[in-house]
Amino acid sequence: MSDVATPPAPTKQIVAGNTGLKTEQVEDAVIRFAGDSQDGIQSIGGMLAKLAGRSDRDVMTYMTIPATISGGASIFQVRLASGDVLSSGDRADFLVTFYQHSYDDHIDSLREGGICLYDSDHVEPDESDPRFTFVGVPLTSATVEAIGGSAKDRGKNMFALGLICSIFNLNRAKLLEIIRRQFGGKHESVLRNAELAFDAGFAYPLGDVLKLAYDMKVGHSKEEHRVATDGNTALTQGLIAAGVRYGAGYPITPWSSIMEGLRVELPRYGGTFIQAEDELGAVSMALGFAYSGHLSVTGSSGPGLSLKMEALSWGTMAELPLIVINVQRGGPSTGLPTSVEQSDLMQAIYGSHGDTPRVVLAPQDVEDCFYIALEAARIARKYSVPVFVLSDQALATRIEAFELPDLESLVVDPVLDLTPVDDEFKPYPLDGFTKHAPPGKRIDAGKYPVVTGLEHDEWGHPTAKPELHVQMTARRRDKLKDLEKELSPPEVYGVNDGEVLLVGWGSTYGPIREAVDRLRKDDHKVGAVHLRHLHPMAPGLGDIFDRFNHIFVVEMNDEGLYGQGQLATLLRSRFCNPKIQSICKTDGLTFRIREIIDGIDEYLAIEEV
Amino acid sequence: MATIEIKEAPPFEAPELTKKALKADHPTWCPGCGDFAVLASFFKTVEKLQIPHEKIATIAGIGCSSRFPYFVNGHGVHFIHGRALPFATGVSLSRPDLNVFVFGGDGDGFSIGGNHLEHCARKNVNLTYVIMDNFVYGLTKKQTSPTSPIGFKSKTDPTGAVDQPINPMKKLVSSGATFVARTHAAQVKHMTAMFERAINHPGFSVVEVLSECVVFYKGSFDEANPRKDGKFELIDEKQDDDSEDDWKRHDVSDQNKAFKLADEPWPGKFGVFYEVERPTKNTLEKNLMAAAQKSSGNKSSIELLTKRFEKMR
Repeated sequence: MSDVATPPAPTKQIVAGNTGLKTEQVEDAVIRFAGDSQDGIQSIGGMLAKLAGRSDRDVMTYMTIPATISGGASIFQVRLASGDVLSSGDRADFLVTFYQHSYDDHIDSLREGGICLYDSDHVEPDESDPRFTFVGVPLTSATVEAIGGSAKDRGKNMFALGLICSIFNLNRAKLLEIIRRQFGGKHESVLRNAELAFDAGFAYPLGDVLKLAYDMKVGHSKEEHRVATDGNTALTQGLIAAGVRYGAGYPITPWSSIMEGLRVELPRYGGTFIQAEDELGAVSMALGFAYSGHLSVTGSSGPGLSLKMEALSWGTMAELPLIVINVQRGGPSTGLPTSVEQSDLMQAIYGSHGDTPRVVLAPQDVEDCFYIALEAARIARKYSVPVFVLSDQALATRIEAFELPDLESLVVDPVLDLTPVDDEFKPYPLDGFTKHAPPGKRIDAGKYPVVTGLEHDEWGHPTAKPELHVQMTARRRDKLKDLEKELSPPEVYGVNDGEVLLVGWGSTYGPIREAVDRLRKDDHKVGAVHLRHLHPMAPGLGDIFDRFNHIFVVEMNDEGLYGQGQLATLLRSRFCNPKIQSICKTDGLTFRIREIIDGIDEYLAIEEV
Repeated sequence: MATIEIKEAPPFEAPELTKKALKADHPTWCPGCGDFAVLASFFKTVEKLQIPHEKIATIAGIGCSSRFPYFVNGHGVHFIHGRALPFATGVSLSRPDLNVFVFGGDGDGFSIGGNHLEHCARKNVNLTYVIMDNFVYGLTKKQTSPTSPIGFKSKTDPTGAVDQPINPMKKLVSSGATFVARTHAAQVKHMTAMFERAINHPGFSVVEVLSECVVFYKGSFDEANPRKDGKFELIDEKQDDDSEDDWKRHDVSDQNKAFKLADEPWPGKFGVFYEVERPTKNTLEKNLMAAAQKSSGNKSSIELLTKRFEKMR
């Protein structure tokens, strides 16, 4: 049951503006909206993504947000397809430009033969450009006319959505339902204006300006079970499903929406999320929750993680379960706060003082943001360790459609065990699992434990004995080696042995797979492996490497002083394999398929037809 | 309804909690350190209040006095420098069944942990914080601390400290702490009385104990010690006894009067400077939780998640 009041559907019949146009079937379309951040293009992009999720289509979105408080140029790109969508698309098939600057900046993102729909009130395109078809629609004045009153041009995003709905023969009824949900909680005039603008766009006669309309082919037939959301939301829900009930954080882009989500949701589950005074306070509170017997979460983005590092080393020493999220952005320092980068891998694995072995995972797409949280929780509980999850800005904000998780089988309801421990109790046995005794547990032997950052013996008692530091350092390391043993070798996508193996981690999953597909179409023997477990790594990688002539590690970070990115550096030191090369980039944008192929080409002169 | 299931201990006839049961390792403090008396006074208070043994949680950061949890046989945490308060916040908020105590020194509390003190006080987290103030960094062997008086000669200020020291009472009152008291490690009876009141106070209660470092700042608090020819002057608290002069006494709920008291010349007065009741962070979070559970229909975790995913369709 929806908790949003749904107003009655409008009774009037609207004639679509595409009436009379010939339609062409398409399987895959990339639509880019270019405007300013206050124009609401993210919100119509999100509605299109939801529609795709509800219409048996796959979808992936991509957005850029200016690092300004309000305003600034912004884009939202939606890729809809009847098959699998792995990346948000290199080039747009359809470009909607709201301003002259949006036109100037983005016209080159349109593929040859693509359509540029522009707001004829603001944009003067170069119509002599033979590469594109230009379609002028007075988005601004037509919106004002449709809504009337004092609404000005607010609503032109909805007008554009109506146009898209008509051009691509999308399901108007379903879109209207999504619009109603979106505006359901607001003043009724807001919803009315949105509907008026949408319908005006939908009915706008296109016969004079457009030759063709398109019909999106319907793909998957699992409509009932598909959902569409962004990576931060999926991660948030994954944490909740994993039984995380407490956490603490501090605001920083692009992590904040996870903490905002948890702050609202956790109280419903009998927990809470605290906004701390700073990053150090946040990680300390989270460790306090963990000590109290609750699997808890803290998170941030790169700069905030730097501040948390001292306390996280304590977490490793005290051996407490904790989930640590890093939604990576461009660094160093404030860097590119609203762009994507994968430059915190070394920080996650090694970025603390002392020998601090810790588990590092990375989700590969939006859907995996949900499942990686479950895996992080499983490992944190079983091994009683802090577990890092490396998401990134692109995953955090983009929307994908995926199958509804099987919640019944996945959801974990947490238990706080306060039954007493017996005389044998040792929190840090040299030959077994950590057994944390949260406060409130009676210690029948009478000697209560102090959980400490000082080196300690099996009972947690501080000691500076040289051999104990050796044993305990090994113990903390060997826990991760035990974890490694239980992981399955990564699957190879594409060919199992051959010329080129692409290796990736995190959000490069989609583009890498699409690059493999494209190269295999041209008969190249290319495969790919993707690492969800980065520390420890899944076993069996060496064997896979042996089966290929070239190994390229594709990652969004710098090639460093010696020509290798961060994962490539780790793999080289792990396997001493000179075949390992890097394809790196640092422009703050996600990988295009073309860039991966060009990267291989640089070494191998593979010719793409 | 989605909650955290608690596997409780079976019913248990607890023996009387004694000082003997509470004693752990022999403290590593220097002979003559003021902190010994603080420990003894803490034992006395807990023994008197008969807090269930397993429900005691002592938490500390780094410093001489922050070794405290090792010397108490109870659940303890030796955390990192300056962050004991946010850690204890996590414990207090998620475990209403516990009695949470934080111990630390002036460097841990007022310097590296200053920001946390500010916010823990503002949020009125339910816990008791004992600051053993010795006006010097002892563990690292005599550097200037945030409470070192101007002119104090340390290894980092060989010609004498130049910076204005913190006034702990003023800082605590202005931060929003709801119970603020000051005592002296050489006055065990007074100290114990202050601890008892602090523990019984609902909310963030702080006791500053002047606790002498006999190695690096000998004689620092003699002026407040009658045995060293000093004067231990108590705050004359308002009694509400209808006596003629009651209005002249200190009203602990009056912030301005607390500031005025805190401005008195060294060594100043001892006792409760400020005490008010304000909703604790614990209560406020609990209320938010209850409201959220009610407005979402007291659903189970599966039902809540299913509904949430329904919205993504």
